[in-house]
Amino acid sequence: MSHTNQERTSSTSLVNRVFNIIAAFRLGPFLALLVAGAFFYIQNERFILPLNISLILQQTSWIAALAIGQTLVILTGGIDLSNGLVMALGTVIMTTMAVENGVNPFISIGMGFGVTMAFGLLNGLLITRLKLPPFIVTLGTLNIAFALTRLVATTTIGNLPDIQTIFGERISLFGTTFTYGAIVVFPLYILMWFVLRETAFGRHVYAIGDDREAARLMGIPVNRILIQVYVLAGFFYAIGGWLLIGRIGSGDPNAGQTANLDSITAVVIGGTSLFGGRGNILGTLVGALIVGVFINGLQITGVDPLFQRLITGILVIVAVTMDQLSQRIRK
Amino acid sequence: MTPSQDAKPQPILEARGLVKHYGQVVALDGTDFDLYPGEILAVIGDNGAGKSSLIKALSGAIRPDAGEIFLNGEAIHFRNPSDARRFGIETVYQTLAVAPSMNIYENLFLGREIRRPGVLGSVFRLLDKKKMLDDATTYMRDLKFHIQSMTQAVSTLSGGQRQGVAVARSAAFARNVAILDEPTAALGVKESSMVIDLIRNVRARGLPVILISHNMPQVWELADRIHIQRLGKRIAVIKPNDYTMSDGVAIMTGAMNVN
Repeated sequence: MSHTNQERTSSTSLVNRVFNIIAAFRLGPFLALLVAGAFFYIQNERFILPLNISLILQQTSWIAALAIGQTLVILTGGIDLSNGLVMALGTVIMTTMAVENGVNPFISIGMGFGVTMAFGLLNGLLITRLKLPPFIVTLGTLNIAFALTRLVATTTIGNLPDIQTIFGERISLFGTTFTYGAIVVFPLYILMWFVLRETAFGRHVYAIGDDREAARLMGIPVNRILIQVYVLAGFFYAIGGWLLIGRIGSGDPNAGQTANLDSITAVVIGGTSLFGGRGNILGTLVGALIVGVFINGLQITGVDPLFQRLITGILVIVAVTMDQLSQRIRK
Repeated sequence: MTPSQDAKPQPILEARGLVKHYGQVVALDGTDFDLYPGEILAVIGDNGAGKSSLIKALSGAIRPDAGEIFLNGEAIHFRNPSDARRFGIETVYQTLAVAPSMNIYENLFLGREIRRPGVLGSVFRLLDKKKMLDDATTYMRDLKFHIQSMTQAVSTLSGGQRQGVAVARSAAFARNVAILDEPTAALGVKESSMVIDLIRNVRARGLPVILISHNMPQVWELADRIHIQRLGKRIAVIKPNDYTMSDGVAIMTGAMNVN
C-alpha cells in the first residue's frame, strides 16, 4: 500500500500533505490569526506598529486569562457562563476592601481570589453533587454574582493602591512599552499547557471530557477533578480581574458583562471542542488574539463597531461547525 | 465464614446471598457466586436475570443491599470501582470503556499513570511518558496483540482493537480477577475471535476470568465452568462438557431443572 502512496506525486498530494500538517499541529487558528493580521495590515499600516500590537495585547490579556479557566471547563465537557460576572465581583471585592474598608491591599486581592474560587467551588459542587447541567448552574451563579457585585459597589472604585494596579505598569520592549498585564498571560498559558500535557491531572481533564463514563469506570475520581477544574478556573478569573484593574485603573461593577461569550469564543475559535476532550490551550491564546485583532483592526480601519460583534458571531459559528463536522467524520 | 481445608481449592472470589433492589424491581434475590483460581467462569442468564447487577456488585459499580463478598476468604466491601480495582479486580464493560481521543498507551495507564522518578514526579507530579510507552509496547507484545503504534489515538482503531485495548488494560492491572462484561457483543466474527484469543492469553498468564456473554457457542468454547443466573438467583453451575448448549438455555429459561 505504501507503494501507491509514494508514487502519487501530483499536486493534490502536496495539498493533502499541507492540510495534514495543518490538522496534525492544529495550525488552523494560527493561520486564521495570520490572515486576519495581514488583512488589517493591508487596510492600515498602523496595525502592525509595535505600539498597536502592545495595545491589542492589553485589550486581550484579561479575556485571555478568563479563557484559560474556560478552556479547562470546556475540556471536561462543561461550560462556564458565569466567569465574566464572577470576575467582576472579584474586582469590586479587591478594590472596595482596600479603598473603603481599609484592608491591606494585598489581602484584599487575596479576598478577591477567595470569592472567585468560592464561586468555582459552588459551580463544581452543584454540577457534581446535584448532577445539574453546567449550563444551568453557571447561568444561575452568573446572576448571583451580578447581584452581589451591585450590592458591594454601584460605582467605579478609584484611587487604588499601587499593588492593585501593578499590571498596568509599563516596561520597554522591542522599541515600545508593554504593560506587565499584557505579558503575564503568556507564561500562564505555557504553564497550563504543560500541566495539561504532562501531569495525570491534565490527562484526566481530557479523559473526563472525552468519555466521562469511561473515565469513571477506569477509576478516575471524576467528581473530585471536576471540582478542582472549576476552582482552578475561578483562580484564573481572579487573575483576569486583577489584570483588568491594572488596565482600567479602577474597580468597575459594570465590567465583564460579555466576557463569558468572549472567553467561549476564544476557546472555540482556538480549536477546542465544545463536546470536551479535544483541544489545545495554546489554541485558546491564539483564539483570544484573533478576537483581539478583529476588534482592534476594525477599530483602526474605522468600521462600525457593530461589525465587530457580527464578525465574532460568524467566527464562532464557523469554528463550531468545523468541530461538529470533524466529530461526524470520527463516527 | 471460615475457609475450610477441603479437597476443593478455596475460591478466589466468592459471594453469598447478594440482594439488590431498584425501587420495586428485585435485581438480585440472594445470589451466590464462586470463582476458582485459573479458570474462565462464564455467567449466563436471560435478560433481567441479574447478571449485570451481579457483575456490578463484584466490580464495585453498585453496592448490594445485603449479602457478602469474599476475596481469598476475606470479607470485603467496595464503595466504588476504584475500591475493587485496589483489590486487584478489573472490569471490562461492553460499552467500550476507552477514551477515544487519547492514544493507546495513555488509555492503558489512564487513572494509574506512572510518574517520573524523584522530585519531578513526587512534587511536580510529572508523567513518565517514555516508561509508560515502553511498558505498554512490551506488554502488548507479550499478549501477542499487534498494533503498529502505541501513540495512535484509540478512535483510529477498529472495534475489536479497541476492545482488545480494554481487555489488555484490565488484564495488565488485575492481580486477582478480570471481569469481562459482554466483551464481544458489539463486534463482528473476525473481531470477536481476536478478542477471544486475547482472553485465552490472559488465562494462560494465570489470571482467572469472569465472562458474561449472550453468545452460547462462545461460552461453550471458552468457559471452564458456567454459572447460570435466573430470577436474581444462581440456579446452577455446570461444566460445558456435561451439558449441551440447548440444556444450558433450558436451565436458563426454567424449562429444565438441575440438582
